[in-house]
Amino acid sequence: MAYSEKVVEHYEHPRNVGSLDKNDPSVGTGLVGAPACGDVMKLQIKVSADGIIEDAKFKTFGCGSAIASSSLVTEWVKGKSLDEAATIKNTEIAQHLALPPVKIHCSVLAEDAIKAAVADYRAKHDTKAAE
Amino acid sequence: MNTGKGNMATALNTTTQAQRPNEPQKPLYLDYQATTPMDPRVLETMMPYFVEKFGNPHSRSHAYGWEAEEAVETARGQVAALINADPREIVFTSGATESNNLAIAGVARFYKDKRNHIVTLVTEHKCVLDTCRHLEQEGFEVTYLNVEPNGLVDLEKLKAAITPRTVLVSIMGANNEIGVIQPLAEIGAICRARGAFFHTDCAQAYGKIPLDVEAMKIDLMSISGHKIYGPKGVGALYVRRKPRVRLVALIHGGGQERGMRSGTLATPLCVGLGAAAELCRKEMADEAERLTRLRERFLRSVTSRLPEVFVNGDLAHRLPGNLNISFAYVEGEGLMMGIKDLCVSSGSACTSASLEPSYVLRALGVEEELAHTSLRIGFGRFTTEAEVDYAADRIVEAVQKLRSMSPLWEMAQDGIDIKSIKWAAH
Repeated sequence: MAYSEKVVEHYEHPRNVGSLDKNDPSVGTGLVGAPACGDVMKLQIKVSADGIIEDAKFKTFGCGSAIASSSLVTEWVKGKSLDEAATIKNTEIAQHLALPPVKIHCSVLAEDAIKAAVADYRAKHDTKAAE
Repeated sequence: MNTGKGNMATALNTTTQAQRPNEPQKPLYLDYQATTPMDPRVLETMMPYFVEKFGNPHSRSHAYGWEAEEAVETARGQVAALINADPREIVFTSGATESNNLAIAGVARFYKDKRNHIVTLVTEHKCVLDTCRHLEQEGFEVTYLNVEPNGLVDLEKLKAAITPRTVLVSIMGANNEIGVIQPLAEIGAICRARGAFFHTDCAQAYGKIPLDVEAMKIDLMSISGHKIYGPKGVGALYVRRKPRVRLVALIHGGGQERGMRSGTLATPLCVGLGAAAELCRKEMADEAERLTRLRERFLRSVTSRLPEVFVNGDLAHRLPGNLNISFAYVEGEGLMMGIKDLCVSSGSACTSASLEPSYVLRALGVEEELAHTSLRIGFGRFTTEAEVDYAADRIVEAVQKLRSMSPLWEMAQDGIDIKSIKWAAH
């Protein structure tokens, strides 16, 4: 299968690979997917006091499209508020990376990872979650 | 990649020595179970039969026909000699898929009034399994035997599966994904004692390991041209004459191939298959030894540098050039992308349309998460030691990089049991 240039570029030069301290109150962690299905994404966001995502890291077990999707969303969420980040849609990810139909689930997983990271952060800050 | 012309010139000028057809800038081919490049010596043998000696081998009335017929009969003898068969027991076909269809459906339909049961393995090639599925729709009963965790059939389970109604047992010589070699002589003895015909799909085994239809009591054997450095589009079916095996033809027409397979034989392709078989007969023993050494060298090189690497399928009873390895915590397709200049295949779901990981690996009891991390690596006639070392280095490098990016590897390093996590299915 031929990959788009953007997928190859992210795969070869993934942005923001790594981990943040998941016990840090300013960090939200999303872990989605399943090993048995062939892809697992871990997305972490570090949120500033005024609610802006100032850093993001990922680790992904999966194909090139899964790695590229998670790499891309770490770039996209940075500088966004939690609400803004949660509006990122899988269709935008798939379109940006020119994913073929069989790889759409990779972009869905990346969207889920953002939502899971945001939810984890909010769960740590009950008052904010209640807003 | 656009150097095909140059390659062809090289191939035609090569007469004595097999050369590596890959040029340095081309990706390194390590997928010899998928197909093999033609041996230039085979191509050279075929060439006169396209333009100059173009006769129809079934034309009895003139020299062009006789010339082509002689070439086809020589090839038939070469194909037979490699398995201790009589040339009259060889039927040329378009390839192993057709041979498997003809053997299984042909025998089942011929004997259907007496016996209507077939025994095969869950790890057989799709063309065997799919033929069996079709026969089930025609009313035949099929038993799909499971294999042991090493990929081999349990002979006691085989014995138990054969009934007085069993017409055919179809068990492959060597598996296309994991390369494991089934105990053909033992299976043949069991089938003969129970009065069932024994068909074996030897697309992968023929020309790679010693096969003897007499010693192994094989009644039908499927053979492929392009797995043994011969041309694509040609294969053969061995059909035993004593005691005679009969079958209903799939292709009807002029009654060629003793009525079992009508259609004008493709003389150059038959000649190519014969020449390829002849080279295997002469070089198989040395080649097997060399490929086994290369495989051991590769495995040592990889396992000495990477932990948590698992070989799928029995390593002792295995095709010399085959490896199927799981690199835990690294997804197979992602890995293949990291080793773009190596041509291998993966048991991961992502490489196929089915979205299921390899059914062969699943049949061994390999867990889904490990099945997703598998690569099939095939070494062959033109693989060099330097290429094996290069491939090992590239794979180690890519696995290390991807593990450093893998959340599963991170968890494993932190002592977290991945199975203890409740993963969402998707």
